[in-house]
Amino acid sequence: MVEALALDPRRLIRGEEPLVYTIDLKKYFPVKGLIFTKGYVKAVDGVTIAVPRGKTLGLVGESGSGKTTLGRVILRLEEPTSGKIFFDGRDVLKFKGEELRRFRRRAQIIFQDPYGSLNPRMTVFDLIMEPVRVHKIRVGDPQEFVARLLEKVGLNETHMFRYPHEFSGGQRQRIAIARVLALNPEFIVLDEPTSALDVSVQAQILNLLKDLQRERGLTYLFISHDLGVVRYMSDYIAVMYLGKIVEMGPAEEVFEKPLHPYTQALLSAIPVPDPEVASRRKRMRLQGEPPSPLNPPRGCRFRTRCPLAFSKCTEEPPLEEVERNHWVACWAVSGS
Amino acid sequence: MVVPEGCDPIIEVRDLKVNFYTYAGVVKAIDGVTFTICRGETYCLVGETGCGKSVTSKALTRLIQPPGRIEGGEIYYYPEPGKRVDILKLSEKELRRIRGSEITYVYQDPSAALDPLYTIGYQVAETMKAHGLVSRIKEGVRRAVDILRTVAMPDPEVRVRSYPHELSGGMKQRSVIGMAIANRPKLLIADEPTTALDVTIQAQIMDLLLELKRKTGMTLLLITHNLGLVAEYCDRAAVMYAGRIVEEAPVRELFKNPLHPYTQALLKAVPNPLARMDKLESIPGSVPDLIRPPRGCRFHPRCPLRMDVCSRERPPEVLRGRGHRVACWLYTDEGGVAGG
Ligand SMILES: Nc1ncnc2c1ncn2[C@@H]1O[C@H](COP(=O)(O)OP(=O)(O)OP(=O)(O)O)[C@@H](O)[C@H]1O
Ligand SMILES: Nc1ncnc2c1ncn2[C@@H]1O[C@H](COP(=O)(O)OP(=O)(O)OP(=O)(O)O)[C@@H](O)[C@H]1O
Ligand SMILES: [Mg+2]
Ligand SMILES: [Mg+2]
Repeated sequence: MVEALALDPRRLIRGEEPLVYTIDLKKYFPVKGLIFTKGYVKAVDGVTIAVPRGKTLGLVGESGSGKTTLGRVILRLEEPTSGKIFFDGRDVLKFKGEELRRFRRRAQIIFQDPYGSLNPRMTVFDLIMEPVRVHKIRVGDPQEFVARLLEKVGLNETHMFRYPHEFSGGQRQRIAIARVLALNPEFIVLDEPTSALDVSVQAQILNLLKDLQRERGLTYLFISHDLGVVRYMSDYIAVMYLGKIVEMGPAEEVFEKPLHPYTQALLSAIPVPDPEVASRRKRMRLQGEPPSPLNPPRGCRFRTRCPLAFSKCTEEPPLEEVERNHWVACWAVSGS
Repeated sequence: MVVPEGCDPIIEVRDLKVNFYTYAGVVKAIDGVTFTICRGETYCLVGETGCGKSVTSKALTRLIQPPGRIEGGEIYYYPEPGKRVDILKLSEKELRRIRGSEITYVYQDPSAALDPLYTIGYQVAETMKAHGLVSRIKEGVRRAVDILRTVAMPDPEVRVRSYPHELSGGMKQRSVIGMAIANRPKLLIADEPTTALDVTIQAQIMDLLLELKRKTGMTLLLITHNLGLVAEYCDRAAVMYAGRIVEEAPVRELFKNPLHPYTQALLKAVPNPLARMDKLESIPGSVPDLIRPPRGCRFHPRCPLRMDVCSRERPPEVLRGRGHRVACWLYTDEGGVAGG
């Protein structure tokens, strides 16, 4: 698509300097039939986004929309099918050897499931020191180093020689955070970091992440399907639907003035913890379910569930800037 | 007991106690829970993981399996006004007649509730036949089309012949709800019915449950950890913490005027998607181990307002305003701040 190529990610968020950006990034997964490849799941299909330095870009969308895949491809945990990724002004896909190693230290990921990501046979001390050793980072006295990190994430040195199973879910997520902080990264992909936690504990972790960002100038790509959490954490929001970005902009604006019909439907579907507001607000209900990613609709992928769909929607809508830094891919919004 | 005016009870639970006897020790999972569900309302049990929502709901039809045991209390079911059935005294056979027809359940994971080997239509028919609504499976399958239509399944004529793996998560949950309402239950217990689904599908399923409730007059017990769902869909709610009900009130009252420090903290800890929040308040610590629960009020180790008495004695239930009760020393004469 000519439009997609014309989009310059450095102009997506004017007034900010992107630490990370992608250009027309694609990741297709082959789906195997009995003998031949049956087709492709276009998990990420031409995504151009920018994450400003020191800020949080929240990435929202329904299950299967491609959020995790996008995060993993940006970190090169998965090779893209096509497209470009830039980190601190340099082409990530060209990184090799020492440069790639440095990138692997500077860009980290934290997952939803703190249980799965921590080796059960290692103590907290070893869990934190292992990546430090791998990256040959000099830390002075290791015990003092680990103790300081534990304190930073709200644990303490008495926890140092215990095993993951001795901790609650929230504490395990703190250990995972300490482990990542030990490498002193600049960019962290947070993939549903609190989805497995109770609200009372979730608030602790979210506040910790915010404090760390302020202190260290960290840049976050924050993935979640919980819009309340995303609003609380993010400076900018990108909304994904079946592998594509449908709307992107400053968080307050996207929440207060959502423009894409999908974003509007998503916002009106979330139950709000306030009965007065709940009874007053108008609801917009989507019919049907997201189509199969194996066989998405031609043109706008949302058109099969869209209340505003019209003939033009069989053509692919480009992302267009409707207001300053507020981008939407919808024919009904940007005109035809 | 606090019940709203004009309440025609369908379920009454008094001082329920449930223990689990594990190798690590006795888990005091439910420790003296009392509540009444009124006919036709949507009553909600809300609370964090492990607070006892599911165990309480299973106890209502004695579904607690070993190593768990109901250790005390009373549970009454009123199939119609004035007709009282003592659940704890029923024979297993009488219970089975009630379960699955008069009182039915919908759980979080629809896949676990469906048999992968049979079509959706067959499974709906089977439930109806088991409870004598139809005499033959064939007739049941015909009726299943109507039921799938009632739960807003797309293309019901086609979908009766589908196997579970051919359906999306939302469609599976619709089928499970179809099975749960096939026998026109008086009480539907929905335990986190939408937790595994996306928000747009969650909204569809919740709308469906309320629509069915309106059409059939059934009562709904909704179990959730999501305060948004409580606010949007329930009439009254009980907040549970570590095996006890700490507060119960009509939903508007609960959100406008939360009394228990736990409820207050919980409401401040939920990020509201429709409002800008500068700082979420977190509750320090985590939920207690129920093998050695804290003495006195089970919330006291995490409570910002705790007093000496809180670690010594269990707080009594205090009535504050219409249908609003709270178990907290702050609101007793001994406690101080509250008064009148
Ligand atoms: N390794 C893989 N092989 C094949 N398909 C994959 C693979 N990983 C992801 N997919 C598919 O790519 C699509 C996007 O998946 P992804 O996990 O990125 O979504 P998501 O937005 O993170 O969803 P969720 O909210 O459920 O985590 C899905 O259709 C998924 O089935
Ligand atoms: N089979 C069991 N053996 C031992 N303990 C159990 C068993 N089932 C439940 N419990 C305990 O009973 C308590 C209440 O559990 P319950 O499943 O009712 O919680 P819940 O409120 O439904 O939580 P969730 O939100 O996670 O579903 C928990 O502390 C749990 O550990
Ligand atoms: Mg994901
Ligand atoms: Mg449960």
